[in-house]
Amino acid sequence: MTFLPEASGFAPRIDGLFYAMLGLSALVVVAVFTTMLVFAIRFRRGRNVDRSGESHRDLGIELTWTLIPFALFVGIFVWSIRLWIDMRTPPGDATTIHVVGKQWMWEFEHPDGQREIDTLHLATGQPVRLVMISQDVIHDVSIPAFRVKQDVLPGRYTQMWFTPTRPGTYDLFCAEYCGTDHSRMGGVAVVQTPPEHARWLASHAGGSLAEQGRALFTRYGCAGCHDAGSSVHAPRLDGLYGSTVPLADGRQVLADERYLHDAITLPGSEVAAGYAPVMPSYKDRIDEADILALVAYLKVRGTDRETPHASR
Amino acid sequence: MLPAEHAAPSYLTDGNTLRSWLVTHDHKRIAILYAVSITFFFFLGGIAAALIRLELATPAGDVMSADTYNKTFTFHGVVMVWFFLIPSIPTTLGNFLLPLMIGARDVAFPRLNLFSWYLYMAGGIFTVACLLLGGVDTGWTFYTPFSTMFSNSNVMLTVVGVFIVGFSSILTGLNFIVTIHTMRTTGMTWFRLPLFVWSMYGVSLVMLLATPVLAMTLALIAAERLLGVGIFDPALGGDPLLFQHFFWFYSHPAVYIMVLPAMGVVSELITAGVRRRIFGYRFMVYSIIGIAVIGFLVWGHHMFVAGQSMYASIVFSILSFIIAVPSAIKVFNWTATLYKGDIAFGAPMIYALGFVGLFMLGGLTGLFLAATALDVNLTDTYFVVAHFHYIMVGGSVMAYLGGIHFWWPKITGRMFSEAWARFAAILMFLGFNLTFFPQFLAGAEGMPRRYHQYPAEYGLLNVLSSAGAVLLAASYLLPIGYFLWSLRFGERAGNDPWGAEGLEWTTSSPPPTHNFEEPPVVTEGPYAYTHP
Repeated sequence: MTFLPEASGFAPRIDGLFYAMLGLSALVVVAVFTTMLVFAIRFRRGRNVDRSGESHRDLGIELTWTLIPFALFVGIFVWSIRLWIDMRTPPGDATTIHVVGKQWMWEFEHPDGQREIDTLHLATGQPVRLVMISQDVIHDVSIPAFRVKQDVLPGRYTQMWFTPTRPGTYDLFCAEYCGTDHSRMGGVAVVQTPPEHARWLASHAGGSLAEQGRALFTRYGCAGCHDAGSSVHAPRLDGLYGSTVPLADGRQVLADERYLHDAITLPGSEVAAGYAPVMPSYKDRIDEADILALVAYLKVRGTDRETPHASR
Repeated sequence: MLPAEHAAPSYLTDGNTLRSWLVTHDHKRIAILYAVSITFFFFLGGIAAALIRLELATPAGDVMSADTYNKTFTFHGVVMVWFFLIPSIPTTLGNFLLPLMIGARDVAFPRLNLFSWYLYMAGGIFTVACLLLGGVDTGWTFYTPFSTMFSNSNVMLTVVGVFIVGFSSILTGLNFIVTIHTMRTTGMTWFRLPLFVWSMYGVSLVMLLATPVLAMTLALIAAERLLGVGIFDPALGGDPLLFQHFFWFYSHPAVYIMVLPAMGVVSELITAGVRRRIFGYRFMVYSIIGIAVIGFLVWGHHMFVAGQSMYASIVFSILSFIIAVPSAIKVFNWTATLYKGDIAFGAPMIYALGFVGLFMLGGLTGLFLAATALDVNLTDTYFVVAHFHYIMVGGSVMAYLGGIHFWWPKITGRMFSEAWARFAAILMFLGFNLTFFPQFLAGAEGMPRRYHQYPAEYGLLNVLSSAGAVLLAASYLLPIGYFLWSLRFGERAGNDPWGAEGLEWTTSSPPPTHNFEEPPVVTEGPYAYTHP
């Protein structure tokens, strides 16, 4: 890569595989082209050369150039898959940053509540997990300098992770075609040293995402049914996150981020056992950024992390 | 023309009215109808490509608006994929040559064949109407929920056009399969079929089995867009990835619809240029069938970053590596066929060798994309754009034009200017590489595709690409000139001007309406060249 820096932990590993395949491909191309050229010159029409005889070792030759490429392919596959599994498995200590894509802008929400538009501040050495959702069509966060890319879907969280390694400002593109201003939908990832980043976070501090969610929980009227004192027969939400919920149709489902999201937008789809499906859908009343805050709140509600400023 | 040939008039002179063409059942005339139609669409799509390269010559979006740009690349994709590349070789060379190569009088269902052309034209009318009414901006991939709930352009017209043209593919595939099964002449056993016929068999299977899935998918888009039935839009309870699975279940095999016929054509061109049997005939046949079958199992490699499960991606990755094996076998066999050949470098041979080189580069870069970890960085960038243009334009279009040159004397009875044809072929090879090789570099550096404007650091690579497009355009216009010239002034061709083997070269040029005076009898395998 001539002008693209290697700015994440994955970048050198991915480039290593890239250059290995490039070398192998160049070898194949040179070998085949040379062979063609030699044959083309040696056996060109009008040249007096021995053309007699048919090959009798066809099967052996065919098997050779079937099995050798196959073995090479399996080798590349294994190399690639090991890297791929790492890229798909975020470490436990990764900071979670939420991303909302909408035509045609990006909104980033840091765990302590800092929100930014089209700019993403990151620290070197700190693994980051982006949990992403779209408010409308499919988008894609692509940061070429990190060699990462992930589609951002409506109605469903997708995630990717990486560790920035080099301070600098890098292009951030929307890589999935999303309409008129697709080519303007983007921004930059700003990678800072940890002290710089800490200062940036401190100067942009707001309430944490979970605290914002607690306020929204009241504002949208969720508390009216789901709080302990309510007269409505609605599921209690304390400690819900991470538990297994028996459903009215007999299935059991893990209360993860997806479940909490869908329970707000599509409450009729997975009704908890023992409750009437009376909750209205909030699909058109809450945008994805607020749902993220609500889910962040629900994740800590009823746990010892619920107290303010301890949510991280 | 020799007096003896007046006994059986050629298919070209058997009726001179417009009506005699529009109601013809003759596979050769239908091939000509298709050739004229797809050439029209090729240049329509080519104009869109020229506008794209014009816009991208500078980083700023300064030639047209973002919406117009989006509609331009969508139109380019829709027209080139469904109205040129997919029908290109099967409906022209396939229609013309398949019955001739197996010693038949026509295809199995001549009226269905004509009906297929009318379906093609009906689909084409919808697509042109869509352009005239303001175009469509979804990309040729129609990704949901953008196409169903968000786009304000003529999505339905385009979807209906593609839906209709799909049935043209299905019926052509059906026709060819039945023809190959039932109409082979005496002695034409399966393993005596020319590889072009095998490639038509493989491609017909894919067209017949994959295209209905496209039709179903487009119908579901219509249901969601018109009736609000929630299938793909999560706001309606649908799943946008479901669309991608359906779409690529057709559209990946569609890549093999484009490239299998090209492989067939090139096998004919190389054997004739080398005057030698193809090396490893049976392996060539098995690899055609292998590609056709495995081609159905790799669609998920378009979705590594789409939100598909990690394990699904692993399976699709290894299958995508496996399908590269038969393609590699073919490249090695073509190369080995040159050994001890009697090699002449006529224009068809130059096209064929150009195909092998460009197809190999397209295939090798495909391996980068099959490797999941690399695909993450490369997908949705110009690397992918370059990769599939190497396969579809470098591969299929080179082979198509090579085939048109090779069989031109048979189709028209006239010779073209060999010098101009060689010049055009070499110009095409150079222009193509100048256009698309820089796109590999831009993509590896991260330049996203479908961008109306882009960061300035990609500027130089895009200037090179746009300059190459000028050469490429010239190389596509040249053949129009010398082919038209040859129709009037070209030297008359004998039955077999290249000294090539194959039943099509045993009849007159152009062939009589019923192809052969007597049904030919086959006594040996294909490419039975004997050295002087």
